[in-house]
Amino acid sequence: MRIGRLPAKKARILAVRYLGAGIVILLFLFPVYWLFMISFKTPDEIYHVPPLWIPEQIQFSNYYVLFKDGDVLAILNSLIVAGVSSGIAIVLGTLCAYSLARYGTGGENLAMWIISQRMIPPIAVVFPIFLIYVHFGLVDGYFGLILLYTAFNLPYVIWMMRGYIVDVPLELEESALVDGLNRWEVIWKVVFPMVRPGLMATSVFTFVFAWNDFLFALVLTRTEVITFPVMLTHYFGGQSNFWAKIAAMSVLGTLPIFVAVSVMQRYLVRGISLGAVKG
Amino acid sequence: MTVSVSLNGAEQRRPSRFGRMLEDRLPYLIVAPAILILLLVGLFPLIYSLIVSFQRITMTENDTSFVGLLNYAELFRDTRLWASLGHTAIITAIALPLELLVGFLMAQLFIDGMPGRQIFVALLVLPTVISPIVAGATWRLMFDVRFGPIGQILSFFAGEPVRILWTVNPAYVYPAIIICEVWQWAPFMFLLLLAALSNVDQSQLEAAEIDGASYLRVLRAIVLPAIAPVIAVACLIRGLDLVRIFDIIWALTEGGPGSMTETVSLYTYVQGFSQFETSYTAAISFLVIALLTLITTLVLKRMELTR
Repeated sequence: MRIGRLPAKKARILAVRYLGAGIVILLFLFPVYWLFMISFKTPDEIYHVPPLWIPEQIQFSNYYVLFKDGDVLAILNSLIVAGVSSGIAIVLGTLCAYSLARYGTGGENLAMWIISQRMIPPIAVVFPIFLIYVHFGLVDGYFGLILLYTAFNLPYVIWMMRGYIVDVPLELEESALVDGLNRWEVIWKVVFPMVRPGLMATSVFTFVFAWNDFLFALVLTRTEVITFPVMLTHYFGGQSNFWAKIAAMSVLGTLPIFVAVSVMQRYLVRGISLGAVKG
Repeated sequence: MTVSVSLNGAEQRRPSRFGRMLEDRLPYLIVAPAILILLLVGLFPLIYSLIVSFQRITMTENDTSFVGLLNYAELFRDTRLWASLGHTAIITAIALPLELLVGFLMAQLFIDGMPGRQIFVALLVLPTVISPIVAGATWRLMFDVRFGPIGQILSFFAGEPVRILWTVNPAYVYPAIIICEVWQWAPFMFLLLLAALSNVDQSQLEAAEIDGASYLRVLRAIVLPAIAPVIAVACLIRGLDLVRIFDIIWALTEGGPGSMTETVSLYTYVQGFSQFETSYTAAISFLVIALLTLITTLVLKRMELTR
């Protein structure tokens, strides 16, 4: 960009666009800034009229309280549940996707059935699942949530990974077979390295989906395995909301996924559009 | 697939019989675990739910005798259910086009080269990746009548104190929900449309520019047809999410005031988990599934036609 040499008219247009960009950024990031800032405020500053836009000083007591009261266990629970379930979904889903992509197992029908599983509204399945879980004593435990999130994320993983595997040139696999590798070795040594970026991106998104889920966690947790979004709603009271805790907890629960998604920026569009837009 | 047949012929090493068997069945072996989990957690509850929906199980009674379509007949008399479907339709009908429009305008703003664009785009991802519960909580703090900045900003521009109970006043709850929803998901539309717009054929645009075509004409004749498939996919994904909207409303209004912002997901939740109307909830679930399937099929059909 040679801004210095641009004709005056183009420079003016660019200036106007920067102004527009600034306004857009301001509108969309101000709420995040507000949340972030409340997490550093003292109670006096939070409940100040009129509201203060900048805290006197940055202090971490709101976070300290979360650690002292053990509320951060909810973050740990989310980490365990989302992490383990994404791991299982990725392994099982990628293997399944390989079969669909390379052998055409089940034809288009199976692939469509799998993606249609993702379209089912959670509210329609959560109630019968709750009844079944109560029957088997799975409510409020890690296993139940992990099983549910694995199943919930499998269609996404299969659908996305099928797309990434189809993109791998078939000649690579053929020549590996000619060289005497068997199918397992082809999958592990040829296909996996080729799809690694897609695999990483898909892992991040399955993790985020499980991490952000509220409805399943609300229904299936009680006191033991509370995840972070459910914990957040516990702070909402009729009259007084624990704003300090809401803000600090939200920041703790948002930073990890923001960092993870930022690293995967290149695959973001493909990931959130279910592979329809390759970005 | 013919490919796998020719691949199997290329075997050179002689694997053991067990190894050969494993390899012959490989396509099914590696599909099985995933499908089993999906059947167990996806299909089994649905079948169970279907059976329950023909029974008469409530919190107090465990009556498993079959009553036919009684629960489904009840659906038609349930005014609160139809009201909740109406609320869902209102939110979807306003938020979806608004998200699309705002996302499109944002994409237009950022489409041409602009130093620092990468950073802007990376920052704008933030609302979309945060948990909807966090989004709802954030806007609850923003909207607060005494300690939130929105009232303060409005007062500043109005020149007099503006006191709006955004999440309680019937006139403002829908705007509050829609502002929060659009704030979170317009960036989603933006990301998809930005990618789609970057793929529009540049030579066509340049030719149109040389011919002196107006902006609106270029938009209608070249840009929109090129990005139509992406718009369709984006609307389908967001539309399905909006129809089952739950989290944001739970965090912002909890369905209130009264049941004024109760969507069909919230109503189903209330019936199932506060009223414990087991059989009736199952019937509602199937109504929701039927409606969603209908909408999805219609949209997909339309997409096929326009392609």
